[in-house]
Amino acid sequence: MILPELGHWALILAFGIAILLATVPLIGAWLGDRLWMGVARPFAVAQMLMISAAFAALSLSFLTDDFSVKYVAGNSNTLLPWYYKLSAVWGGHEGSLLLWALILSGWTLAVALLSRSLPEEMVARVLGVMGIVNVGFLSFILFTSNPFLRLLTNTPTDGGDLNPLLQDIGLIMHPPLLYMGYVGFSVAFAFAIAALLGGQLDAAWARWSRPWTTVAWAFLTVGIALGSWWAYYELGWGGWWFWDPVENASLMPWLAGTALMHSLAVTEKRGLFKSWTVLLAIFAFSLSLLGTFLVRSGILTSVHAFAADPARGEFVLMLLLITIGGSLTLYALRAPAVKSRISFSERSRETFMLVNNIILVVATLTVLGGTLFPLAAEYFGKEVSVGAPYFNLMFMVLAPALVIFLGVGLSSQWKDTRPGVLLKQVPLLAVVSVPVAFVIPLWMGELTFSAVLGMFLASWLIMATVRDVQHKCGSRGWRVGWLKTTRSFKGMVLGHLGLAVLIIGATLVSNYTVEKDVRMTPGDAHTLGDWVFRFDKMDHLQGPNYLSDQGHFTVETTEGKVVGQLHPEKRRYVVSGNMMTEAGIMAGLWRDLYISLGEKLPGDEVWAVRLHVKPFVRWLWLGGLLMALGGTLAVMDKRYRFRRSKPAPQPEVSSSDASSAALPGETS
Amino acid sequence: MKPIRKQRLKLVMFIVVGVAAAVGLALYALNQNINLFFSPVQVVDGEAPLDQRMRLGGMVVKGSVVRSDSSLEVRFDLTDYKGTVNVVYEGILPDLFREGQGIVATGRLNDQKVFIADEVLAKHDEKYMPPEVQRALDKAAQTPDATSDDQIGAPAGAQP
Repeated sequence: MILPELGHWALILAFGIAILLATVPLIGAWLGDRLWMGVARPFAVAQMLMISAAFAALSLSFLTDDFSVKYVAGNSNTLLPWYYKLSAVWGGHEGSLLLWALILSGWTLAVALLSRSLPEEMVARVLGVMGIVNVGFLSFILFTSNPFLRLLTNTPTDGGDLNPLLQDIGLIMHPPLLYMGYVGFSVAFAFAIAALLGGQLDAAWARWSRPWTTVAWAFLTVGIALGSWWAYYELGWGGWWFWDPVENASLMPWLAGTALMHSLAVTEKRGLFKSWTVLLAIFAFSLSLLGTFLVRSGILTSVHAFAADPARGEFVLMLLLITIGGSLTLYALRAPAVKSRISFSERSRETFMLVNNIILVVATLTVLGGTLFPLAAEYFGKEVSVGAPYFNLMFMVLAPALVIFLGVGLSSQWKDTRPGVLLKQVPLLAVVSVPVAFVIPLWMGELTFSAVLGMFLASWLIMATVRDVQHKCGSRGWRVGWLKTTRSFKGMVLGHLGLAVLIIGATLVSNYTVEKDVRMTPGDAHTLGDWVFRFDKMDHLQGPNYLSDQGHFTVETTEGKVVGQLHPEKRRYVVSGNMMTEAGIMAGLWRDLYISLGEKLPGDEVWAVRLHVKPFVRWLWLGGLLMALGGTLAVMDKRYRFRRSKPAPQPEVSSSDASSAALPGETS
Repeated sequence: MKPIRKQRLKLVMFIVVGVAAAVGLALYALNQNINLFFSPVQVVDGEAPLDQRMRLGGMVVKGSVVRSDSSLEVRFDLTDYKGTVNVVYEGILPDLFREGQGIVATGRLNDQKVFIADEVLAKHDEKYMPPEVQRALDKAAQTPDATSDDQIGAPAGAQP
């Protein structure tokens, strides 16, 4: 079949188109040539078509088991069900980069199609910058990681199989969602660079890039939540966050993106923090690239670290240095020209949002430091690792500060808040939160410092949000008032409540999980908390591409009432010989019951078994989903509708869209 | 303009103090929570501290894994083909733990130089070797008294 070659050609064509997209519109914007600027949209469409063709070619090679393609041979197998064959496309390095490029051209296309109301120069610059990013990634694929390489002389009859960890629904969806978020920040980045190039950092710019940032952030949130959920049930340890370098790599852009989203809100509403917002946009996207570098170079020890190639690491590092170096240079040259002179008091919402922005950035840097410290130490000849306690301690300090200021910020107003208002509102939050902070931990069991702190913060945040809604509703009453609020306000409320739900989940599951490693044979029973786990029998089954030992467990309450059946499995994947643990989980809103099988011990059907009772663990992911839902709702706000014919209102004295699109030559 | 300046100054000072406190805390936390990596030969030579949390990496010696009959306790030897350390672990071992595999254990050395592990990591990719273990093996192989190739091929203690 010639399919892989066609895919390769399509990729080379896409590379050529990306180069054109990266140059022609930018030159056009610089010269003010409408014809040259006008090609940006067609190029964006063509680029998307070509990369889709390449992606389709690779997918078809997987579906048809074309093991003459090296990448297919390494990551697939005839025994795989078709949906895992399809998800195996991004199961390895080369394919996941192709997915990166596909998603980047998808975002580029979306910007091209949904930017009818933007000035021509802006569109040309944004698409051009995104073209530059794609040139970088496509050259990375073509020169170091071509997925279409053939094994013509030594074609294997069957493939080496997809890593069994990745044969799972969570892993079909996790990388695309995560990449939607990572790559989505390229839009915010492109808008920031375009604004720097054009010298038009105004409220209109913030308004345009805001929905894109929020959508990318929502995708990233779901992606991270899904990854955490996957790790929870698939890795078989019952943990939901390990502070693993690769997890950190996704958390850093998320934290920076959260800061960016809020800073953009201030820039749009009040015309403030412009330089800071631009810097955050650069920062967030650079961290996305850094994440790709950390995952793909294999320089850090991580559960995700699959065998890697240093040459590729160097290539991404180079891309990273060019991106950061180039954009910071541009920032240094252009940013001073866009300072604002709008005042706000120290009790204003602006101040609190700035403080929280800084806390988020400090948190990002904390994670960055902890993740990169082992690399730096290695340079000095020491082999170290940074343990989870470091990250936990830092977040135990930073998260409370963030939530406290968030509550105060929600009680404050733009520009200035009368001191009396804050003095009345803030103590009220504490009055409600302190009892909650003690009652819930006492009801759950033991009173610990972190449980009290966590519940205090959750209650503080919920109270502040409810007060804010009440304030907004005014005299109209709750129902009518709520319906009258804008979607972007509703989105904010949902997002903050999501954070509170997440805090509740994290606090309770960390403090009140009960777990035990035990030896069990069929017939044994173990009591854990209020539950009795009874090991009934062991089955030996055969799956499509694995052999399985499946345990049958019955869970009862201590009074003897049967709650349900759990079926944890130990699988051996035939082709690769890999062992996999499939946990048996009974999910619930208030608690999860969780069993994972360890190894078979000497003796007849003696097994090492790990039993868990995990209260409120679902709230972690529920919180993440609520946050993402909040982001989605905010984007659906009326003022982002595409038919924006009149220029966006300007909160400060500045030139209008069209005339402020000054040529770079004039100002630099 | 004066009051605005004053307010800005206050805000900036507040932020500087806050960030400085965060950095201080981060350095303190980092200092408390970094785990140094040691190879078995370093433990044998007495370079590794006793009763301090650290990581130990090497290959699981073939035939050394002994399980308890009554609990989940496992004992095995970890080697870099230069030195060998006895490791005790209680709990469930990762799926990819097996004899002859490179692993990294986190825990403490007791005064008999037995490593009490509270965490054992084996990687999820069979072909993957933890970089520290690889480097430790390379280093051990390079030292002068490990000149003969067969010593590396047939590790000390591999066949009891």
